[in-house]
Amino acid sequence: MTAMTDTALQAAPSHAARGYWATVGRRIIRDKVSMICAAILLLILFGALFAPWLGLADPYQGSMIRRLRHIGTPNYPLGTDELGRDMLARLIYGGRLSLLIGILPVILAFVIGTSLGLVAGYVGGKVNTAIMRTVDVFYAFPSVLLAIAISGALGAGIVNSIVSLTIVFVPQITRVAESVTTGVRNADFVEAARASGADAFTIMRVHMLGNVLGTIFVYATGLISVSMILAAGLSFLGLGTKPPEPEWGLMLNTLRTAIYVNPWVAALPGAMIFAVSICFNLLSDGMRSAMDIRN
Amino acid sequence: MTEIIETLDMLEPLPDIGGAAQPLLRVDGLTKHFPVRGGLFAKSKTVRAVDNVSFDIAKGETVGIVGESGCGKSTTARLLMHLMERNSGDIIYDGRAVGRELSLRELRRGMQMVFQDSYASLNPRLTIEESIAFGPKVHGMAENASRALARELLGKVGLRPENFANRYPHEISGGQRQRVNIARALALSPRLVILDEAVSALDKSVEAQVLNLLVDLKREFGLTYLFISHDLNVVRYISDRVLVMYLGEVVELGPVDDVWDKPAHPYTRALLAAMPSSDPDNRTQTPPITGDPPNPIDPPSGCRFHTRCPFAEAVCSGESPKLTQIDAAGHQVACYMFIPGATHSKAPPSETSLS
Repeated sequence: MTAMTDTALQAAPSHAARGYWATVGRRIIRDKVSMICAAILLLILFGALFAPWLGLADPYQGSMIRRLRHIGTPNYPLGTDELGRDMLARLIYGGRLSLLIGILPVILAFVIGTSLGLVAGYVGGKVNTAIMRTVDVFYAFPSVLLAIAISGALGAGIVNSIVSLTIVFVPQITRVAESVTTGVRNADFVEAARASGADAFTIMRVHMLGNVLGTIFVYATGLISVSMILAAGLSFLGLGTKPPEPEWGLMLNTLRTAIYVNPWVAALPGAMIFAVSICFNLLSDGMRSAMDIRN
Repeated sequence: MTEIIETLDMLEPLPDIGGAAQPLLRVDGLTKHFPVRGGLFAKSKTVRAVDNVSFDIAKGETVGIVGESGCGKSTTARLLMHLMERNSGDIIYDGRAVGRELSLRELRRGMQMVFQDSYASLNPRLTIEESIAFGPKVHGMAENASRALARELLGKVGLRPENFANRYPHEISGGQRQRVNIARALALSPRLVILDEAVSALDKSVEAQVLNLLVDLKREFGLTYLFISHDLNVVRYISDRVLVMYLGEVVELGPVDDVWDKPAHPYTRALLAAMPSSDPDNRTQTPPITGDPPNPIDPPSGCRFHTRCPFAEAVCSGESPKLTQIDAAGHQVACYMFIPGATHSKAPPSETSLS
């Protein structure tokens, strides 16, 4: 009977009958940094979505006599750009395209890359070689060069830049997904699951996904800032967004001529890109520690 | 709650086909060679991890496998579980050859395994209850029924379900985790459980509790065990019969008391002599054998032990000795010193020369 005492006595129920994701959610809500980042991102997203109804000035309406006003000028709280357009309106409207171009390629690449990486890592062997060597071909080019090349081949336009950025990110995410999957695949609990007679799909869904998604997710959110900057580069070359469309990367490029005249205004689009990317990075870090339920 | 548990059904175990006379598991000529790539132009070599291993496990029996690290114990377990493809050999479960008369999926229900590393063998993202319920669900049990079964099994392995069901593996101790792993293995109603160093990583007092639990569960569920360990005392305690492996081959097998009291193969003798004695006046003073096991990539010809064997003679490096029965209890040994008529100087005379 001594066998029973040590084992049965301990333990007051800690994680009541909650699912894994409910526990993760509860943990992330307790994390102040993540919550502040989420609030900032939500604010920017809200502004972008509801820009036309916020009573802002027309982001396309320029004026030659009001060019490059300073921050804090009456009626222009964030000044005006090199064509005299209201910066506040342009920054808020700019969130629409910038967030779209920053986030959508990463989401698409996350879905495609994770699937490819999971299959390559789990099945292994020839399938792995086929997928990973194909991916390596893309990986061999610097991402800027690859994005320019694909965009150039597909032609200018927002849809094409999203496609080209997706193609740029798929190999990177596949690579991370494959290496994480290979690690988890050799764990004893996956062997045990195979020994229970489960098919590959069930094992991937129940045992692999939860253990690999966190790492891939954190990596992917870090790519959002890269994506926004690459998109800005494409716009600069005339392959992405075109003036007068408000987009942070494009605004940064056009305002660079005014950097000596009015550096604070010229830096604003960069500040937006910075804020969004650091919020995504911190949020993903918070997510990772919340998902690592051992601590 | 209690009513639910009492009316609960486990998965139907695989039927007993051949009765008690038929071994539950018959392994015949099991072989696994791993190719080792020697670089782009080098000749590829093979590791003979398991070489022509044959044995039977009777119903209700506990068979132990002992041997040094790298002798092929765990590879044998993985081959039996079909977690790894074998090169050749037959695995016959209760008279039905696996892969021909018995599907892999059925085999999984009839044979389960407990791994050494109690932490690595549980998914850190699943609660204990979910981990145990996974197998039955895979085999078509409803969600609620499988969870109820998981809770019942937790009780059977000495963990109160209300305290443990919703915990995560990192929240419980190593001994408790190994109990969970045992419950997970039992969840599919297996008739054979392979315990691959299942108690080796536990500290001594916990190890004893888990061993006693295994003995109790065996009686309650009518189980048969294949018990793999490097701990000779534990093997003697739990096993009925024992297999001694060396470099992928079985060198001796027989009833555990027989083998322990009258070890025949020089390797078994050395292995048993290496057991630390608890009596300070009876210390082992001289090392029973010296040197490391030879590289399994290029195993010695003939008897694989002859490079370290104090009795080695010319015959030992020639052909591999066959397992030969040396007494009525079924004690078998693969050594020329016990093969009648062999050219070894200590070999017994052959029966023909006797008459």
